[in-house]
Amino acid sequence: MRKNLNVIAAYSIMMGLIILVGIFQSWNIALSIFNLCLISAVMTMGANIQWGYAGLINFGIMGFTALGGLAAVLISVNPVQEAWSAGGFNILFSLFLIIAMVLTVRYILKNYKKSKNRTYIVAAIVILGIVIIRFIAEPGIEAIEGVDPAKTGFLGGLGLPIIFSWVVGAFFAGGLAFVIGKVALGLRADYLAIATLLISEIVIAIIKHEDWLTRGVKNVIGLKRPAPYEVNLQQTDWFISLVEKFNLSKLNLITDLTERQAALNQLVIEGSSVFVKLCYSGLFLVVVIILLILTQKALYSPWGRMMRAIRDNEEAANAMGKNVVKQHLLIFVLGSAIVGIAGAMLVTQDGLFTPGSYRPLRYTFLIWVMVIIGGSGNNFGAILGGFVVWFLWIEAAPIGLYLVNLTTSGLDDTHFLKVHLIESVPYFRFLMMGVGLLVIMRYRPKGILPEKIEIK
Amino acid sequence: MDFVNATILLLNYIFVPALAYGSQLALGAIFVTLIYGILRFANFATGDMMSFGTMFVILFTFYFQSVGISLGVLPTALLAIPFGIILMVGYMLIIDKLVFKYYRINKSPPVQLAMVSIGVMFVTQAVVRIIIGPSDRRFFDGEKFLIKAGEFKEMTGLNEGLAIKSTQVITIIVTLILVSTLFWFLNKTKTGKSMRAYSDNEDLALLSGIDPKKIVMITWVIAGILATIGGALYGLDKSFKPFTYFNNMLPIFAAAIVGGIGNPFGAFLGGYVIAFSEILLTYAYRKFFMYVLPESMEPDGLIQLLSTDYKFAVSFSILVIVLLYRPSGIFKGKVL
Repeated sequence: MRKNLNVIAAYSIMMGLIILVGIFQSWNIALSIFNLCLISAVMTMGANIQWGYAGLINFGIMGFTALGGLAAVLISVNPVQEAWSAGGFNILFSLFLIIAMVLTVRYILKNYKKSKNRTYIVAAIVILGIVIIRFIAEPGIEAIEGVDPAKTGFLGGLGLPIIFSWVVGAFFAGGLAFVIGKVALGLRADYLAIATLLISEIVIAIIKHEDWLTRGVKNVIGLKRPAPYEVNLQQTDWFISLVEKFNLSKLNLITDLTERQAALNQLVIEGSSVFVKLCYSGLFLVVVIILLILTQKALYSPWGRMMRAIRDNEEAANAMGKNVVKQHLLIFVLGSAIVGIAGAMLVTQDGLFTPGSYRPLRYTFLIWVMVIIGGSGNNFGAILGGFVVWFLWIEAAPIGLYLVNLTTSGLDDTHFLKVHLIESVPYFRFLMMGVGLLVIMRYRPKGILPEKIEIK
Repeated sequence: MDFVNATILLLNYIFVPALAYGSQLALGAIFVTLIYGILRFANFATGDMMSFGTMFVILFTFYFQSVGISLGVLPTALLAIPFGIILMVGYMLIIDKLVFKYYRINKSPPVQLAMVSIGVMFVTQAVVRIIIGPSDRRFFDGEKFLIKAGEFKEMTGLNEGLAIKSTQVITIIVTLILVSTLFWFLNKTKTGKSMRAYSDNEDLALLSGIDPKKIVMITWVIAGILATIGGALYGLDKSFKPFTYFNNMLPIFAAAIVGGIGNPFGAFLGGYVIAFSEILLTYAYRKFFMYVLPESMEPDGLIQLLSTDYKFAVSFSILVIVLLYRPSGIFKGKVL
């Protein structure tokens, strides 16, 4: 108990802050911050597994998040029958060709010795394959995108409950991570960072522009929800009576019957959105807790010990007979898969998929700030980092506004400097993140909750 | 068959724009490569540092315009660049003193410095947005075209016009002057030689009496000059928007690594490799083939290898391929 005191204290302060937001701003804002904190926590756990356990830098978090989001679309949206009949065959045939191409190249690489001729043949197969696939896929893509472009114009998904996508998102992200890992894990740390950053940009470019699959920048809206809809809730009896019970003392003050009904209606509308957010919080909390238990178990298992050994001294671990390359690949896939889950959760919560909104600053660098500030190598630290940084990211604007008003209180309200500063309040969040990161890296390089290893 | 028109077409749509874009990338890539070679970390604040310098150039340009100073046919920004450079170098030296110095003296691993540069990235981004705002700004004035497409057609009597923007010419000329001065400095002067020595082998350089403080300072000064001019030229040619500058970091990194990181000449050529491949692979060749092939063989489609949406993706794919098959870059930089 005693040694976990700082963890408990840090988390209590964090929860206290969120509750304060609930009291002073509104419970709606507090819960939406809390939900995104939970999603951020899942992302930081993924990044923490890679960086904190194994020392791998993954600047491609944005790409894995987007793939998780794509999974949510492909699982939950109903299939568009017309589009399938218009161009489904071409797409499936192209997919088959791609698989055939990859297998052929693999076969050649495996069974023939390295030589110039082999390189030329492989290059020829790849180029020829791409040309053929383009010729086959193009009419299919055009046909699909032509099907009612204002509403669909894409293949749609499987029409399953969206919650399945959390698992599928993990598989998507893990699959991509496997390919990237095979290609790039041999690189030195900072090159790996740059390579993953650029690869994630390629992923986003594909998601943005392959309209037949993702609808691209036209966005997919109105995804199914695992939680009830506000409108339906507002009409169900048990929910209304629940709200009534919660606010009985307040309602009893109002004597006039019509006024009381109006007040109750208002409360029901507010309550419904809080209730929906609470449902999400519950679902997300389950994911976070399951992942936390699994990652903690892994951290203290022999496997976790081996990972730390690899991280701290690769050569020594290698000399002890540990397969460093294989373990790196494994942990890269696992961490990315967790980020994929978070991506699917994010789209589930928003109910829409907007490929244009995936930007490295928000989905890669901010997550890294979370991991570093929270404490790499310590799961509790990483989660706390997700909470603290996301909380500040949202609350930076009100805090910035307050500070600006305080420092410029001597100036006239129309003074150009004051007006300019108030207009630029949204950018104080960047300043806060940057300064926070620099201060933590300088004075507490292991984060708020540093890694601590107990031998059990 | 009409080879003259076909050549003019390629010149107009591929060669001239790629040369200008490549020059802008090249300046950024040399900036990245110098920081990497001498200070030994990947600077993720590259794009934002460039936008920081450009911001001052813009502010000075606006000031000069308001008091009525101009360069006639040339853009006023050229006059503002030196002032921008001074402020930019000052900022970089302050950042170095406050942030990077500590890690350098402690001999922190490059990864940690790269993380720190992310902090600098956030701060710089905030400062730029607070001072000048996130919106798109144009600060070009003076004569827009050196040759207009219509004039060229009249002059030569060809079907295809060749338009050359004055910003493109300025970009190419300034880049050539700057880069040749830089190479002269690195290869011929004593300070330049000691910089290269420090980059090659730090311990040996220290042993032969090279002052690391001086080397680091000069590196930041050169970096500041490159970043400001590169950013200002890009802004003149296209427009200034902090977000675009942040994104430009990616092709710049690609150019630096493709050319061989730590090797300034490689970075210079890398910029052009990236720019040309981006434009060559996403250009629709239909018109070109219409000129070159006989009428009966005219193509139906656009003959475009990749859609223009994948412009950025092209440079990143090249980078990935280079990293796989020739990790030290095309022109032999440091071995990764």
